[in-house]
Amino acid sequence: MGEEFKIEIINPEKSFLSKDDVKEVIIPAFEGEMGILKDHISIISFLKPGIIKIHSKSGEEKYYVEDGIVEFKNNNLSILTSSIFSIKDLEKTKVQNLIKTAEEEANKSEISDQIRYLIDQKLEVLKSIN
Amino acid sequence: MASLDDLKKRISSVKSTQKITKAMKMVAAAKLKRAQDSAEKGRPYSQKMNNVILNLSSGISDKSNAPKLLSGTGSDKIHLCVVMTSDRGLCGGFNANIIKKAKSYFLKLSEEGKELKIITVGSKGNDQLKRTYGNKIIKNISFKDSKNANYFDAEKVGKTIIERFEKEEFDICTIFYNQFKNVITQIPQVQQIIPLNSKNNNEINSEESYEFEPDEDEILSNLLPKNISTQIFKAMLENSASEQGARMSAMDNATRNAGEMVDKLTIEYNRSRQAAITKELIEIISGAESL
Repeated sequence: MGEEFKIEIINPEKSFLSKDDVKEVIIPAFEGEMGILKDHISIISFLKPGIIKIHSKSGEEKYYVEDGIVEFKNNNLSILTSSIFSIKDLEKTKVQNLIKTAEEEANKSEISDQIRYLIDQKLEVLKSIN
Repeated sequence: MASLDDLKKRISSVKSTQKITKAMKMVAAAKLKRAQDSAEKGRPYSQKMNNVILNLSSGISDKSNAPKLLSGTGSDKIHLCVVMTSDRGLCGGFNANIIKKAKSYFLKLSEEGKELKIITVGSKGNDQLKRTYGNKIIKNISFKDSKNANYFDAEKVGKTIIERFEKEEFDICTIFYNQFKNVITQIPQVQQIIPLNSKNNNEINSEESYEFEPDEDEILSNLLPKNISTQIFKAMLENSASEQGARMSAMDNATRNAGEMVDKLTIEYNRSRQAAITKELIEIISGAESL
């Protein structure tokens, strides 16, 4: 005991994941990857496309997210996201579909630099999974 | 008095109507369970989202520089009302309640001399509003094809609203929907989503200090559009649970009424049959007597 904290991942439809024996979580925060341990300072940040790694007593889990908001307070980590997939369950065809839609979006001309940056990130992460 | 044949026909027609309403009630009950589940599961997300935004907005030092979605455009001339109704009828007072609420709000606005714009979500609301407010409706969105309320649809609505806000087509945005309380009660709700209601902002304690990465403004401007979609999604979930609840109780009533009607008609049918037999008997007896 003593080293663990709670994590909750919520998407609009339901509570996606809830654990209370987490030792470390690595999140793809907007300004770079961020590791969160117990007694981290209260923080609010948002995510860019990337992989959430959760180290808990029961092992390591990885999730792919496209966006989201992170709030850490009183050793409770809440992640709000509208698109999250467990990498274990993510099938090759699904990844390829995601890549395809992302590439289509990247080919549009009227997108802003920030969105382009996010799409590039997304493609990079997806290709690394694939 | 109706003839025996007519009565028989009526009885069988009422019976088949009863069968339909009964089936609809069953379907609504099954769907209600699912809609209620997803409404309950969807609550934590919108609540958390609200919390984070409240924490953020209390952390913002420079109120005048806050994003417009939070602080408003500074005027309240043009109101956009998003009226969320169902796509299908036969659900009791469900749609009528929302429309009533919306109409009284519209009346108040026009008395105050504000300009009104309407977006209707769901075709039933559009049908009812276009008679009186046809020229005010700027868009009608309908999700007839999607079976359940999903976030993707909500995002579409959210994006249209934000797009129009950025073009400065309106100052204040309000949504109308039914909140699900229980199967027989749905409460029509009026919720202002742009700018975010400042009343709630005072309620939280700002003792918690957060670290922000990147800074508050950037997070807020990223978060607020998402919050709009989230609020709309919440409204859609509540609405779909309410719709099924309203339909279930309406169909339950209809089934019961049909049952009563069948009973009444059956008694009438039996009486007239009896009367016909008695009449025939009297005719035979009086015929025999006169011989």
